[in-house]
Amino acid sequence: MTYRLPPAVGEALTNAWLVGPATVGMLVLIFGPVLAVAVLSFTDYQLGAQGFAWIGLENYTVLFTDPIGQRAVVNTLIYVAIVMPASMILALLVALGVHRVASWNATLAGVLRTAYFMPVAGTLVAMATVWQMLMHPNVGLFNQVLGLTGVPGQEWLSDRGIVLYSLAVIGIWETVGYNMVLFLAGLTAIPEHLYDAAEIDGVRPGWDRFWTVTWPLLGPTTLFVLVVTAARAFRVFETVATLTQGGPGFASDTLVYAMYREGFVYFKAGYASAVTMVFFVFVLTLTLVQFGVLERRVHYR
Amino acid sequence: MSSGRIELKDVYRRYGATTALNGISLRIAEGSFTTLLGPSGCGKSTTLRIIAGLEPQSAGQVLIDGRDVAGLRAAERNVAMVFQSYALYPHMTVRQNINLPLAMRNMNVWQRLPLMDRLLASARDLAAAHRTKVREIASLLDIETLLDRKPSQLSGGQKQRAAVARALVRDPVAFLLDEPLSNLDVKLRLQMRGELVDLHQRTGRTFVYVTHDQAEAMSMSDQIAVMMDGSIVQSGTPRAIYERPATREIAAFVGDHPLNLVEVPARSRELPEPFTSFAFDTRLTNDTVVIGLRPEVLVPADDGLLAGRVARIEYLGSEAVATVVLAGDRTIRAVLPTHSVLRQPGDEIRFNFDSDHAHLFDGSTGARLKARLVPRSPLRATATGPVS
Amino acid sequence: MISRFRIGPAVALAFLLLGAAFVLLPFFWMLSLSIKPAAEIFAPGIDLFPSRIEWRNYAKAFAEVPLHRFLLNGVVVCAGILVFQIIIAVPCSYALAHRQFGLRWVIFGLVLAGLLVPYHVTAIPVFLGFAEIGLLDTYPALIIPFIASVFGIFLFRQFFATVPAEIIDAARIDGLSETAIVWRIAFPNAWPAVSAFAIFSVVAHWNDLFWPLIAISDPNLATPPRGILFFRDEEAGSDFGPLMAAATVVTAPLVIAFLAAQRKFVQGITMSGLKG
Repeated sequence: MTYRLPPAVGEALTNAWLVGPATVGMLVLIFGPVLAVAVLSFTDYQLGAQGFAWIGLENYTVLFTDPIGQRAVVNTLIYVAIVMPASMILALLVALGVHRVASWNATLAGVLRTAYFMPVAGTLVAMATVWQMLMHPNVGLFNQVLGLTGVPGQEWLSDRGIVLYSLAVIGIWETVGYNMVLFLAGLTAIPEHLYDAAEIDGVRPGWDRFWTVTWPLLGPTTLFVLVVTAARAFRVFETVATLTQGGPGFASDTLVYAMYREGFVYFKAGYASAVTMVFFVFVLTLTLVQFGVLERRVHYR
Repeated sequence: MSSGRIELKDVYRRYGATTALNGISLRIAEGSFTTLLGPSGCGKSTTLRIIAGLEPQSAGQVLIDGRDVAGLRAAERNVAMVFQSYALYPHMTVRQNINLPLAMRNMNVWQRLPLMDRLLASARDLAAAHRTKVREIASLLDIETLLDRKPSQLSGGQKQRAAVARALVRDPVAFLLDEPLSNLDVKLRLQMRGELVDLHQRTGRTFVYVTHDQAEAMSMSDQIAVMMDGSIVQSGTPRAIYERPATREIAAFVGDHPLNLVEVPARSRELPEPFTSFAFDTRLTNDTVVIGLRPEVLVPADDGLLAGRVARIEYLGSEAVATVVLAGDRTIRAVLPTHSVLRQPGDEIRFNFDSDHAHLFDGSTGARLKARLVPRSPLRATATGPVS
Repeated sequence: MISRFRIGPAVALAFLLLGAAFVLLPFFWMLSLSIKPAAEIFAPGIDLFPSRIEWRNYAKAFAEVPLHRFLLNGVVVCAGILVFQIIIAVPCSYALAHRQFGLRWVIFGLVLAGLLVPYHVTAIPVFLGFAEIGLLDTYPALIIPFIASVFGIFLFRQFFATVPAEIIDAARIDGLSETAIVWRIAFPNAWPAVSAFAIFSVVAHWNDLFWPLIAISDPNLATPPRGILFFRDEEAGSDFGPLMAAATVVTAPLVIAFLAAQRKFVQGITMSGLKG
């Protein structure tokens, strides 16, 4: 008989073999770097520099007092404040419509669903270049159409006052289909007999029915969509990097783009780490709020 | 050639602070059909899993054919197991399910690779032998026509047979069966009971069977080990357990009909109603005694010593269960034959019973007492046998 | 009920169709421009359709930048990431779902905590580390940061938890090693989760711009989105026809996959909502 390891040792080796790579991967690629970013955010480290100094909260002070830093924070919040409610309300309307259509023409509903979901499947950078065409000041479709109605064309992506809203429109376009699918799932999950009961109880179809049955039962879905949408909106990067690079004059600068620019264009790793941490705290807060609120307050079926 | 003698010596199983098995000792003879019987949570499945090697014991020994199997993995113990949910691999056909233990046992890593049975001579020969073996087992269990189906396409009974076939195919030293019939409907369960007993006789292997169904245990086993709260409280033949249950709990657990339990003071000279015509044959020092009478041992008789009035009759076809209020306002249930005139609610009724069938238990511990409940007047004695 | 079927629903349907048209407009415009002759692109006035189909835009797109190379890079990177993610996540998920060991809840806690971390957060230190060991501007630089997918581990664990423990025990009795159980029993049964995860992973990394922008400066290693940026910057935004052709080529694979397997696709992508 060959030599055998004691069973407990064998079990431990098996566990290590199964979970070891994943655990090491998580530690080295996720938790180590998160820790490193937190530490770096208190230094003035520059990529390629020999050393660094501890500068305490200075990076954070700069981010929140310097006009450029402030712009990134404020822009991101404005962007989220536009994209989140707009894409949710539109998605809910579309989902209600598609759900209704599905009751008398499933094929048409399927086609509509596919159409609205298309932007989610599209490669955003490629689609952003298309939006650039559409928003082109001279040959762009938008200004051509406006020209027909006599309205003067706009510099959609190079006017400081407009650019952030233009990006928000693209953000909404990209998000509606995603949220619609989530709402549709929520709507489908509402049992038909609740509508029957409501009708017997004298609830009239239409708004009455929406407020008494549909909306309360969509509660968990709505909160989920809210958090997912906000988390996605906070991460806006592709359109900024492709279309504006944060310009003109930082009018469309956002947190993730600022992180990229400061860290990898200007090589200010310390400052970029502080930007990263601020971004991280925003996203983290959102998700924790989701866990907290979702578990307690929202009406579950 | 191993024979399948299994022995548990003082086996403990603890999960943190809770003790699941509290010193289990049991001998399972070669070729026997032994059942671990008990209510859910009594540790019977844990015991089976420890025998199988799926779980380690915290203390104690498991011996298979006299050899301590500590540290041997499940597969190395060469036991087969049939599970309650059948546990067929959902993504494999019945044929692949049955073949898997053969391949794992007889082929090395290379021979098991896909297509190797085409390329490698040794793999080809083994695969051919396995195919034959799978067909043999399938025909034994009458599932040849199902070999190419997936488990999801089988009925409960068919899944059961496939699971047994998979267990049988590699010629194990013992079969461990964990509630294998509890997911089947009543008719199929009765049929499969018979088939398992046949299978046991035909293979001559050791069967260790876990169930909470006392009827299953009684009808199939050579030996029953009754488990409660992590301990074996009694082991013996089905008859010994039915006729001489070691505790009040066992008596209540075993048997088709719920046991009648009547508590009486033990030290007074005379027993209270309805047992005024009876006495204990030995002096008892217990405070109270619980008299256990199975509904099926109460025989209606015009000169019976237990008198009462029928309160309710449940007609079941082959028999009827009467709820009877005895003197002293004690309610008991009795099984009555249905081939004679059926009693009606309100009828007077009298019963006799064999003293051997009246179980006496200590009122506080529930332990079986040696004493017997006998009629006071020798003239009217119905029980004659010696003290058991 | 019937009386209500007059105006309201018709208007609603009209809005739905209009909205759908707007949503599809960029796709239509991309296709339209990609086959329009340059002169028509810059001509004033609105022409939804080209007067003739100009395939030369596509030829130019492939000629001016190594578009085929971008696509190949995309395939290599996505496949590499997916394969490693599965090889690493599946055994871990299995152990978390079906084995008892002391660190189990610690590791599952790490997985849950990991779900809260957007990958952007780890970019700077990972970049510094890769720079240190000279890994930047290589395929591994594009693949390695994503191989430990906490989302994959979480998803597979939840799926394996639904596989009855008895099946795993049966496999142990039948002589399978734990590794064999992972790949021969657990993995094949997790196919719905695996396919959904594969779609999620491929879509995420085919479309990703952030990390390739950081880790890659060599155009020959560019993934499709990174390649589109190389293209646009090189052409200074002037040669719209070929740019739209390139955009079409880059977008096509996932859109076609979406149209072919909609249900699975939607499922795979919407799952990403769970990822923080």
